[in-house]
Amino acid sequence: MFIIKCPYCGERDHSEFSYGGEAHLVRPKQPTELSDDQWAEYLFMRKNIKGLQYERWNHSHGCRRWFNMARDTSNDKIHSVYKIGEKANK
Amino acid sequence: MSNKYRLSSGGQINRSETISFKFNGKTFYGYKGDTLASALLANGIHLVGRSFKYHRPRGIFTSGVEEPNALVQIIKDQGKTDPNLRATQIEIYEGLNAISQNCWPSVNFDLGSINNLFSPIIPAGFYYKTFMWPANLWENVYEYFIRKAAGLGKSPTKKDPDIYDHCYYHCEVLIVGAGPAGLVAAKTALKAGKKVLLVDERSNFGGNLNFSNNDYNKVNELSPLEWIRKTCLELQGNKHIKILDRTSVAAYHNYNYLIMVQNLTDHLPDKDKKGKIRQRLWKVRAKKVILATGSIERPMIFDCNDRPGIMLSSAVRKYANTYSVKCGNNISIFTNNDDAYETAITLHNKGVKVKSIIDIREKSDGTLPKKCNVLGIKIHWKSAVIYTEGYKKINKIYVMKLSKDNTSVVGNKLKIDCDLLCVSGGYTPAVHLFTQSGGKLDYDEKKHYFFPKKSTLSQISVGSCNGTFGLKNIISEAQEKTREFLDIKETEQFNVLETKSGTFENIWLIPSSKISGKTKSFVDYQNDSTANDIKLALREGFKSIEHVKRYTTTGMATDQGKIANMHALGIISEITNTKLGELGTTTFRPPYSPITFGALVGRNVGQFFDITRKTPIHDWHEKNNAKFEDVGQWKRAWYYPSNNESMYDAVQRESKAARTNAGILDASTLGKIDIQGRDASEFLNRVYTNAWSKLAIGKCRYGLMLNDDGMVYDDGVTTRLSENHYIMTTTTGGAATVMGKLEDFLQTEWPELKVYLTSVTDHFATISVCGPHSKKILEKVTKNIDYSDSNFPHMSFKNGLIDKINCRVMRISFTGELSYEINIQANYGQSVWAKCMVAGKEYGITPYGTEAMHLLRAEKGFIIVGQETDGTVTPVDLQMDWIVSKKKYDFIGKRSLYRSDTMREDRKQYVGLLTKDPKEILEEGAQIVAEVQNKPPMDMIGHVTSSYYSPNLNKSIALAVVKNGKKLKGTKLYVPMPNKTIEVTVSDTIFLDKEGKRLNA
Repeated sequence: MFIIKCPYCGERDHSEFSYGGEAHLVRPKQPTELSDDQWAEYLFMRKNIKGLQYERWNHSHGCRRWFNMARDTSNDKIHSVYKIGEKANK
Repeated sequence: MSNKYRLSSGGQINRSETISFKFNGKTFYGYKGDTLASALLANGIHLVGRSFKYHRPRGIFTSGVEEPNALVQIIKDQGKTDPNLRATQIEIYEGLNAISQNCWPSVNFDLGSINNLFSPIIPAGFYYKTFMWPANLWENVYEYFIRKAAGLGKSPTKKDPDIYDHCYYHCEVLIVGAGPAGLVAAKTALKAGKKVLLVDERSNFGGNLNFSNNDYNKVNELSPLEWIRKTCLELQGNKHIKILDRTSVAAYHNYNYLIMVQNLTDHLPDKDKKGKIRQRLWKVRAKKVILATGSIERPMIFDCNDRPGIMLSSAVRKYANTYSVKCGNNISIFTNNDDAYETAITLHNKGVKVKSIIDIREKSDGTLPKKCNVLGIKIHWKSAVIYTEGYKKINKIYVMKLSKDNTSVVGNKLKIDCDLLCVSGGYTPAVHLFTQSGGKLDYDEKKHYFFPKKSTLSQISVGSCNGTFGLKNIISEAQEKTREFLDIKETEQFNVLETKSGTFENIWLIPSSKISGKTKSFVDYQNDSTANDIKLALREGFKSIEHVKRYTTTGMATDQGKIANMHALGIISEITNTKLGELGTTTFRPPYSPITFGALVGRNVGQFFDITRKTPIHDWHEKNNAKFEDVGQWKRAWYYPSNNESMYDAVQRESKAARTNAGILDASTLGKIDIQGRDASEFLNRVYTNAWSKLAIGKCRYGLMLNDDGMVYDDGVTTRLSENHYIMTTTTGGAATVMGKLEDFLQTEWPELKVYLTSVTDHFATISVCGPHSKKILEKVTKNIDYSDSNFPHMSFKNGLIDKINCRVMRISFTGELSYEINIQANYGQSVWAKCMVAGKEYGITPYGTEAMHLLRAEKGFIIVGQETDGTVTPVDLQMDWIVSKKKYDFIGKRSLYRSDTMREDRKQYVGLLTKDPKEILEEGAQIVAEVQNKPPMDMIGHVTSSYYSPNLNKSIALAVVKNGKKLKGTKLYVPMPNKTIEVTVSDTIFLDKEGKRLNA
């Protein structure tokens, strides 16, 4: 049970949030021009990192805004949270 | 009363308050302050249960949460019962009724003990190896007997009448454990005015110091008990601290989130329990956590170390000091450390005969062994107990000298009579919570235990759970570490008197004079795993400790191996010649001690278990005898049986009426999303497969929504209310996820779009009126609407009034009939429904439920997302190519429709099925084959998705997905059922009114 700092609302309990998978996957602007393999790469392939991972979260039982989080999956330490469109602090 | 093992004075029991209780049907007496274990021991009862596998007699072994043997079932009024409770933790109360478990017919005469004779042929993995084949015996024979033989207590069969509660709590400092370390940490933390929560699983604080010897331990010139009482009083007087007793921390999660269970009434007499909360589950978020969870004494692992009358030395001391109970009259002690000598002296001082002490060490220069010498207690140095005798109670021990390297026993076998053997193998730090929180352990090669090395959280461990032993060390560590942790300047002087201790020596498995394999040295008492089982697992090639644990079940019982997991690891380490530090431990999982389901669910039981959503018209349905079906959290009217109709008859009647006269359906549960903003049309273009820009204001359009993998996700009708304002309907079940998905795309993929979404599902009641007379009914109910086909054609909407209330009427149809949908502010829903019923009476208006709705749409071949689709179906598979725009550059899922897999021609495709016998109704979910074989396996090419008897067509109809189905129209296929095979013909999916004439009837 994390404590997550929503970039819009501040610190809230884990139970208010939902996880949304890997962050910074950009949906191709021109999908029709991609090969099956390239499209499949976007559609299906996900990293599963032990260590620092960038992921999407939604404050689903709060402001309903999506944001990004840099989390260490080996110890669940949250290194940073940042708004969609912003760059991660590395 | 016969408390013949009760000492004449002392203890923390209240001798003026006698309590009667039942054990295995017999009445006994104890005193207020006794546990069930101490009261039984006072009555001379050791034998309390049978072991799990061999049904060996087992006695009380410990005095606390770590107890492996003394599990009992509590019997209460009205069929209420609690299984698997530890007698060592149950505080007795008037009326307590406990029985032994895992024995039949009784604990004294247990038929299952025949297993003990066969124990050489029931080694580790016996069940895995034996009950493998033949497979068909599993179901009828093996499982039945294994289930009968296995298991501990019996679960209750009736509803739990007790009240359980949940509580959230935030604090600056949480201290777990109120032994000397926890008490000193609490005192120190309060100096800085911190908000402190102090919890302990026991009812009396002080940890093991609570029952230590007054002569040899003092704090600030006070006896241990006086110091504990004084300190507790001081703490209780401070308003910054909250103290919870009988509260066990079950789990320690990340970010200092801890779950604990407080026992509030289990110790009270039955009459005082009534109306009170039994247990409270605390969900604590602490800024900082101080673990002072103490340590657990280890046993010794030797041949027949499990007989009743063999007990942990510290437990025997506790029974003597706290409960004033002597556990035997003629006592021997087997030890590898000085702590056991304190037990010897305590017993001796209370007039109990301690005959001999067997110590594996060469010598000890500690204070207490010297004192024992002076008292004339015989000490056998460098010796070991190698075997015991006594079936239901120990009566003899055999002692031999240890060889120099401790790997074998030498010399003569010495026989000693005794009725109690205290064992003491040193102490293991209780690091359970520390490791649950993600902390890493290190192994101390000299002291032979794992201790906390590195924590990832704002947390410290103090006292013996940190591997710190000796009262002086514990108190000073607790103070110093707490001061540093909380940044506290003040310091307090503690004047501690303690004895000098000799060093501790360790042998994981005591050698025997017997050949290996003939011994029964129990490592896990509750699961009956022996040292030989572990050796066997290693011989059979298991290397990982996690595998050895599962194969032998060591440490997998309800006590989770609190007592002797370390010995299992030690034995593995010695045999495999691996350092224990490298071997590591098995995973410590929550809960630390078993917790009740009641505490976990708290008050969320019965109707509070989940939310029930009701439409604004729900009361009317209820009054009119509707049967309801659950759709997600919604209660939807399923059908309305009249005059004791069967479901089938009601659905046939409703479906017929909807096409011949008029039908009315409560469609309020459909998801509704209000979409506004400059780019609303462009947004819809991107989320639906068809084009939206050219939809005229006031028109409705059906849309199909895909996932980016090209599979159908949701469908519904969306209406353009004005230039930049739409209202979207979704499926009932999909409302929340569609809303979430659309928000996700807007926020993360298309932030440039100016679109705003609002869920308005609950804001509107939706009433659908269909059938040839529907127009006439609507004309009577609404004002200001011209219902002529030219003004109000199919797939359009009008604003209107019902009395003075605004409403939206959409002319859309899910039944294929002329059909109107009234949307009105939810709180008017019921009155408008009633108005429609009155207006429709002359036309025979008939309410129909979801089942008739499904039938009516199936006659028209309309899909239901989630029934015809299952996340693997594309619009092309559904033969809905017409709704997929070729012109649009992109929409969610478009690219995936051109993947090699989704373009395969032999995908399962949507078709209709007609049975050869028009009366035969297929079963939904039934498999379809092209060729029937004599028996399975057969090549299955599809399955039935919907199936009904159509009252309007007077024949059975079905929808299905079948491989290559588009090309199979007219082909005969087969649906094999258990007792027959049904012949079907592939047909079109639209069974009724292909031309759509009825929409304008």
